[in-house]
Amino acid sequence: MSALPIEHRGVGELAQGLAAGEFSSVEVTTALLSQLQKHQHLGAVLATNAEASLAQARAADQRRANGAATVLTGVPLAHKDIFATDFITSGMATTAGSKMLAGYRSPFDATVVARLGNGKSHGESHGDEDSAAAPGAGMVTLAKLNCDEFAMGSANENSAFGAVKNPWDLARVPGGSSGGSAAAVAARLVPAATGTDTGGSIRQPASFCGVTGIKPTYGVCSRYGMVAFASSLDQAGPMARSAADCALLLSAMSGFDVRDATSAERPAQDFHAQMLTARAGANAARPLLGLRVGLPKEFFPAALTNDVHGAVHAALAELEKLGASLVDVSLPRTELCIPVYYIIAPAEASSNLGRFDGVKFGHRTAAPVDLLDMYKRTRAEGFGPEVKRRIMIGTYVLSHGYYDAYYVQAQKLRRMIADDFQACFAHCDVIAGPVAPTVAWALGEQADDPLRAYLADIFTLPASLAGLPGMSVPAGFGNGGMPVGLQLIGNYFQEGTLLHTAHALQLASDWHLAVPKGF
Amino acid sequence: MPSPAYPSPLVRGFEVVIGLETHAQLSTLSKIFSGASTHFGAAPNTQACAVDLALPGTLPVMNRGAVDRAIRLGLAVGAKVAPVSIFARKNYFYPDLPKGYQISQYETPVVQGGRIPFVLNGQPRSVRLTRAHLEEDAGKSLHEDFAGQTGIDLNRAGTPLLEIVSEPDMRSSVEAVAYARALHALVVWLGVCDGNMQEGSFRCDANVSVRRPGEALGTRREIKNLNSFRFLQQAIDYEVQWQIDRIEDGLSIEQATVLFNPDTGQTRAMRSKEDAHDYRYFPDPDLPPLVISPDWVERVRAAMPELPAAMAERLMRQDGLGADDAAVMTQSLPFARYFEAVRDACGQPKLAANWLMGDISKRLNAAALSIEHMPVAAPVLAALISRVADGTVSHNGARQVLDTLWADGSADVDAVISAKGLKQMSDSSALQAIVDAVVAANSKSVDEYRAGRDKAFNALVGQVMKASLGKANPAQASELLKRTLG
Amino acid sequence: MALTPDDVSRIAHLARLQLSAPEQAKMLAQLNGFFSIVEQMGAVDTSGVEPLYTPLSAVQTVELRLREDVVTESDQRERNQVNAPAVEAGLFLVPRVIE
Repeated sequence: MSALPIEHRGVGELAQGLAAGEFSSVEVTTALLSQLQKHQHLGAVLATNAEASLAQARAADQRRANGAATVLTGVPLAHKDIFATDFITSGMATTAGSKMLAGYRSPFDATVVARLGNGKSHGESHGDEDSAAAPGAGMVTLAKLNCDEFAMGSANENSAFGAVKNPWDLARVPGGSSGGSAAAVAARLVPAATGTDTGGSIRQPASFCGVTGIKPTYGVCSRYGMVAFASSLDQAGPMARSAADCALLLSAMSGFDVRDATSAERPAQDFHAQMLTARAGANAARPLLGLRVGLPKEFFPAALTNDVHGAVHAALAELEKLGASLVDVSLPRTELCIPVYYIIAPAEASSNLGRFDGVKFGHRTAAPVDLLDMYKRTRAEGFGPEVKRRIMIGTYVLSHGYYDAYYVQAQKLRRMIADDFQACFAHCDVIAGPVAPTVAWALGEQADDPLRAYLADIFTLPASLAGLPGMSVPAGFGNGGMPVGLQLIGNYFQEGTLLHTAHALQLASDWHLAVPKGF
Repeated sequence: MPSPAYPSPLVRGFEVVIGLETHAQLSTLSKIFSGASTHFGAAPNTQACAVDLALPGTLPVMNRGAVDRAIRLGLAVGAKVAPVSIFARKNYFYPDLPKGYQISQYETPVVQGGRIPFVLNGQPRSVRLTRAHLEEDAGKSLHEDFAGQTGIDLNRAGTPLLEIVSEPDMRSSVEAVAYARALHALVVWLGVCDGNMQEGSFRCDANVSVRRPGEALGTRREIKNLNSFRFLQQAIDYEVQWQIDRIEDGLSIEQATVLFNPDTGQTRAMRSKEDAHDYRYFPDPDLPPLVISPDWVERVRAAMPELPAAMAERLMRQDGLGADDAAVMTQSLPFARYFEAVRDACGQPKLAANWLMGDISKRLNAAALSIEHMPVAAPVLAALISRVADGTVSHNGARQVLDTLWADGSADVDAVISAKGLKQMSDSSALQAIVDAVVAANSKSVDEYRAGRDKAFNALVGQVMKASLGKANPAQASELLKRTLG
Repeated sequence: MALTPDDVSRIAHLARLQLSAPEQAKMLAQLNGFFSIVEQMGAVDTSGVEPLYTPLSAVQTVELRLREDVVTESDQRERNQVNAPAVEAGLFLVPRVIE
């Protein structure tokens, strides 16, 4: 039984406390709303609505009283502002970190939000689909969290609503694009948050902020209701302070959705149970016996800073102590992942962002002289510089004469990269390495150098391109006392293996339990 | 390009080359990528759901009914149905295009090849199809009522379309119309499109170019959104003259998209869309490849109605109908079904065809009704035809019966015949009595007839009919008169 | 292969983005920097390789899932238009479109 104050308890602990009647959801919600208020200087929060949150908390307590609560019922969390939240029930807008959507009131919840919350995606039930759906987990939405605009960025400095600060060092970035989510979880403002990962946007901020995050296999979580960035890469995932918490959330978030044609048609998964399932032939002292951990040599280049190198190897040494064996493997096209990703993602984004035209919703420029003027000024005013850059890149690589040389070539290389992973998985069960080449850098340091940020994505991009599941697990600290994450990559639909491995590491270490000073 | 089977009619010495792209709205209940209704005429934006409006986070999910209809059309035109086809995004900005792209098919369409047969100037012709692909319709712009602004209604956005692209095989506006009519009749016959051109269910774009015979193809201009056969012909005719005028003036034809103004009868290039051609097509990452199994194709094939051309041929063979009659009977599937129901009930195919072509069609046209709203049910008409065939009632008498059946929906043909006293006399002795009486009372006509004047005979027949109050069977009356007069 | 200022203004127009002259110049430099990284991609021999448009098709056949043709959405005009910049009589208003 935890003696921690409510705001320091994780999802599992809060769930236990609620189940044991130690406190109500209203009490937990109230405590965390006050935490959010106290730490606004972090810049992690874009919206709260106490009235709506407390109403949800009361409903959760009532549901518990009726005997209909599930594990997560009444536990609060926050959502990255990429997820649509129904304005009527949440009282919170959906901005995607952009002026283009300032104040946008979504008429529906993202599927992930509905599954974690009240179960209904589109207000009243619609046809067979929603009425056949299970009721949601009954979690309470505390806030919409800051993020890089349209999920494009690695430092959360691209938000139209201000940068987010890293709780471990307020002069540093939290990572991105799910910077608000990582910071809020690390600062104990919320026990968990949803994030999205297209090229590393869950894993990298998790690494920079010392929290645990997982990007599942492409298709495991529904993309319906996630403001689209790059459709063949975007995935939702949980960010929390332990693998166990992530497992609980992922189980509720994930699963087939009729509204998403890329949603994987698989039966509902209990990732927490999978996480706890012992490996065949293993024992309590060596729970990872038989687990082969592949270390791609390309993930340990000379450019990797010593502190990151050291922390990652310390974590790998722990895995070995737990019975895992380390194997040398190779992902020869790792460096090519950068141009491949930065062709494909902007191309898809340039198309996905075409709907922001000032006609049906969102920002519209004042006093347009004609239609063309309306389009051009609306989009110039609504989008920030990084978004514009990526739209320009994307438009260019799809344009006549360049499509084959850039876009098609990139998609072919993408298949080769996916095949490279399959070749590795013949020799190992999970792949491990750093999440990023360095710890979090200083705010403003890379502001004018977008290319540098692209290059720093080198370790997270490969799993994104292949659609493989990837986790970031706290693995100690580097320069300036900043957190370092260990990345674990699994084969398709091997979230259970990743969570099991991370959980074993977290049972044997305490890096994930460290609290940033002042929080 | 193969030369056509007949010499092209030249216009001012120029050969005209035409290809048509037809957008047929598919008759599904819901949209191609969302569950909103496709019903025509709803109040603005009441049938535009979150997906249709491209609200942030929405995604497309494909309607099986649209694919079924594409397969059906593909089979009917003898095309190849692609086992795997890909949806692509066509990116451009326009207020009636909510996503800023249209989901369409580019490199691998669902239907490839095929042909449409039809008759032109009494000769069989056919036009090859390049392809047919699935895509979504855009919304509608209303320019009239909003000073300086345009109103956008997205109800139509997301309605499934099958874009049917012909090869440039047509050589005259008349041929283009014949092709369009045949394609229209086919999609309606198959039940894949309701064909309602006023409602925009069937729209043609015409690609038109001219060239002097033997020269390379001229630059084509595309006339968009022609929603009547009359406009199609007018627009092409005007455009051909316009292009020829320019060429004869020594000017070049620039590729352009062109609109037809029905009021002026003229075509005019749209405002320049220089980069309108850079649609930046790429496979839509939200929609994996569409797989159509051979089983699915077979299920559609098994459920297809007999095609009009095959049915007409069968009616000619089995029922002995002439080509024209067979064509009229197969003008639409409901008409053909009605004909067959009547024929099967009375066993009189030729009589049934005559009635349908004549009296029935006349009444339907006058009342602006289609055969589906025919007030006389097939078995009832069949009963009436049987009574004509067995001599119970004369043809003229049957017309009067039909009046009643049509007006008040009675189903008892015999009752109406009796009520109107139209039953022809079948009792020959009664008729003989009348004949004897007429012969006795009309000695002058009898003498004239015996003197060789046939006209006198007709007069006597007329007298017999009059004396029988029209109930005598004219053929029988003639027969008896002849015998009586010797 | 370097971009020219003309390329930048053409792409900006295709993307309906208004860029000031200084913005265009900055964009040109950044895009050229970006494309210099991309060049290495062109050198790789990818002959015989199929593009990977959706990730899981690397290991399995991914087919488009279809929905039945039924109407599932009701009239939600008011909710759906709550964010519209300009609406009249249920129609979205935009500056006059001239064809």
